[in-house]
Amino acid sequence: MVRFLGGLVGLFFAGMLLLSFIWGAVSFVSAPPAPTAEGEFHKHPREIAWSFNGPLGKYDKQQLQRGFQVYTEVCSACHSLKQVAFRDLEALGYSPAEIKAIAKARQVPDVDPKTGEMSTRPGIPADHFPLVYPNDVAARAANNNAIPPDLSLVAKSRHGGADYIHSLLTGFTSQQGYKNEDGKELLKEFPDAKTPEGLHFNPYFANLNLAMAPPLTAEGQVSYGEGQPKPTVDQMAQDVSAFLTWAAEPKMEARKSTGIAVVFFLLIATVLAWMSYQNIWSTKEH
Amino acid sequence: MATEVQGTDAAVHEGEGVRRRDFINIAAVSFAGVGGLAVLAPLINQMNPSADVLAQATSEVDLSAIAEGQAIKAVFRSQPLFVRHLTAKEIAEADAVDPSTLRDPQTLEQRTVDGKKQWLITMGVCTHLGCVPLGAGEGENRGEFGGYFCPCHGSAYDTAARIRKGPAPKNLQVPTYKYTSDTAILVG
Amino acid sequence: MSFPWAEHYTPKLPLMKWIDEKLPLPRFVYNAVGGGYEVPRNLNYFWNFGVLAGLALTIQLVTGIILAMHYASNAGIAFDSVEHMMRDVNSGWLLRYAHANGASFFFIVVYIHIFRGLFYGSYKAPREMVWLLGVVIFLLMMATAFMGYVLPWGQMSFWGAQVITGLFSAIPVVGDPIHTWLLGGFAPGDATLNRFFSLHYLLPFVIAGVIILHIWALHIPGSSNPTGVEVKGPQDTVPFHPYYTAKDGFGVGVFLLLFALVLFFAPNAMGHPDNYIQANPMSTPAHIVPEWYFWPFYAILRAFTMDLSIPFTGIVIIPAKLLGVLAMFSSILLLFFLPWIDTSPVRSGTYRPLFKKFFYLLLVDVVVLGYCGGAPAAEPYVMISQIAAAYYFAHFLIVLPIIASIERPDPLPGSITEAVLAKAKHRPVEADPALAAAAE
Repeated sequence: MVRFLGGLVGLFFAGMLLLSFIWGAVSFVSAPPAPTAEGEFHKHPREIAWSFNGPLGKYDKQQLQRGFQVYTEVCSACHSLKQVAFRDLEALGYSPAEIKAIAKARQVPDVDPKTGEMSTRPGIPADHFPLVYPNDVAARAANNNAIPPDLSLVAKSRHGGADYIHSLLTGFTSQQGYKNEDGKELLKEFPDAKTPEGLHFNPYFANLNLAMAPPLTAEGQVSYGEGQPKPTVDQMAQDVSAFLTWAAEPKMEARKSTGIAVVFFLLIATVLAWMSYQNIWSTKEH
Repeated sequence: MATEVQGTDAAVHEGEGVRRRDFINIAAVSFAGVGGLAVLAPLINQMNPSADVLAQATSEVDLSAIAEGQAIKAVFRSQPLFVRHLTAKEIAEADAVDPSTLRDPQTLEQRTVDGKKQWLITMGVCTHLGCVPLGAGEGENRGEFGGYFCPCHGSAYDTAARIRKGPAPKNLQVPTYKYTSDTAILVG
Repeated sequence: MSFPWAEHYTPKLPLMKWIDEKLPLPRFVYNAVGGGYEVPRNLNYFWNFGVLAGLALTIQLVTGIILAMHYASNAGIAFDSVEHMMRDVNSGWLLRYAHANGASFFFIVVYIHIFRGLFYGSYKAPREMVWLLGVVIFLLMMATAFMGYVLPWGQMSFWGAQVITGLFSAIPVVGDPIHTWLLGGFAPGDATLNRFFSLHYLLPFVIAGVIILHIWALHIPGSSNPTGVEVKGPQDTVPFHPYYTAKDGFGVGVFLLLFALVLFFAPNAMGHPDNYIQANPMSTPAHIVPEWYFWPFYAILRAFTMDLSIPFTGIVIIPAKLLGVLAMFSSILLLFFLPWIDTSPVRSGTYRPLFKKFFYLLLVDVVVLGYCGGAPAAEPYVMISQIAAAYYFAHFLIVLPIIASIERPDPLPGSITEAVLAKAKHRPVEADPALAAAAE
């Protein structure tokens, strides 16, 4: 009885699926899905040999400091970094006094101790980076209806991480005459895909057009100190991508070094366990 | 281990083999034990104060606005901190007491910084069971010794915040602090 | 049950004797996983996965209880509280990554455990109850994992909650009220998050309880084995301890090694980047997918694209959405009937030439379903998943009963020991009196 009813249920589901398949296949053949501009012209991020790649990778503190400088002077005008506290910057190699100065230069919201009104005060190391806009409505109003995302976790919340940020920052280009690797020209293939007013064309962005204007435009936009590399657009983009990777995963170095020790320990333990297993079974055929 | 006895008396060889086997089993089990103990470390350590809590482990207090005879309640490590500007009369009252008669013998000098005897900085936590004593706020009951008075179980502290009466065993605790300027201190 | 030749628990220390009289817990453990449990001597490495599943549950319980000490189940701060663990809590990143990846490893282990059972016919009499309880554990695990994924309150958490609870709205008439009741609102919110947290904390203990029943039911007939031939005598078995504790120790080492490699060097590889964006009820991610372990079922859900209707009348009997939901639940519930669907008297797939072929086909089929479930809902993935889902149902409900009646199994070994001996023929025979005796 179970088998009979089960067989009926099986026939029913399998039959419906095959009908669905035939229906889908017919419409697939008669009206194949049209290619989309995103499908053909979206580019995958270029891979960079980051210092933090691989199981032994570490952050380059000099690079993180430069990246922090780029964030401060360029990105922080619109993008917040709310999960990061000033005290965390110690990991970039700043001294407590420098961190105090960095924090003091920013106003954080607090209650005025005298009047009880909402007001601001200079930051202290224990504070987090303050928001740029008090809420989403204000962010939208100031940015042509687009919300600049918080950057604390951006390196983990986008496929490609640091590679993606770097490619996006350096990937702005003119849409006129833009061709992909196959030599197809975007506006010839998809005349409707013209970037709308107020948006900016970038093939590394999922739908090719984003609200952010190219933030890094000229060499020397940020002036690095003595003994640092030349602040080309590519260099600045790399530095800020590294900084944002640190901001998203500040415990990476501890994680990897713990991992090496744990894996080493487990290797020995597993070999011992295997020897013990072989010993115990040595007189038992199995 | 057993290599050099190989080829000698079979019984000895057998015995050595058993011992070598035991050794490996014991080593494997000990390794597992060590691993288990190592895993406990993060499991226990996670209960310690986290980085954001530790970052707020110091407080700065501005003394300039506190008038003579006045006291304020500041916050240090999420606990009340009493900062009191003693009057000359209160200092004299505190100095008049013979420390050897006290439950927790200390002089006002020992409880303040040299040359800043008028600034009495103590935790606002009763040493009996942790209530917040009265006396730091405007118009609060300062108890019969003019210092602080804990309403929970009636401990009375004098003008040097020393325990004088009631169940508390110790004087109000003086936290570590230093003057960052003439009118500001950093506690913690 | 234990075999008559199993060792009896004999406490030597007076203290142990005293405990044994008052509360025979050590005796219970001895008979369950100690020297008192006689197990077939020929188990292969696939038999390690039961113990590994227990270990995975333990890891989840321990890390989960600790994470709950730092987590805030409030929609306003849940996301930030998880980031607080990752950044500020001592070893918090380790514990959270261990819990998130531990869930994936739990499913990897359990899937291997399930397919072990499917291949070696572990669901057949007299072990039907072990199988049924196992399916219950699997269902509970799925519920627990789903609710756990909602807790970090990222974009995938939110939209996962929205979509999965939305399945219930496919039920005719009462669907929408049930949907609202599950969420405690009209969209996932504070109420949803709090009830999911509460249940996510409760269900693992229920799972632990059902696992005890699962092991209890297993101990009545005793463990199965790769030949599927029942134990015939003392030469067929070895005591669980030290033989299988040692083998499991090695298995645990390998498992932890793989777990550590992912946990420390690729902790986000099995997660979705979108879950690092705080939940936003106003914006749906471009491509919603559940965690990878749900992908095969998600593919079945999406494979139904056609309403069941009376042709040319436009009257819909079952809409496609409801069909998908029914099929998805059926794909798991049919496992409850498996012991009575597959009637072949031979347990082990090793001796079933026809079954073996279809089993490997099923394995590939489930992997294909999983791949399609993780892919965007576009062609050709939908068409592939339709074929794959059709085979999934056909395999269990049509193919298995047919094979059972037409297949001619290979000859079975006379006993476990005979099978072991046949395998050992080419190896130098070692001193094993039991084996030597059996060989004569």
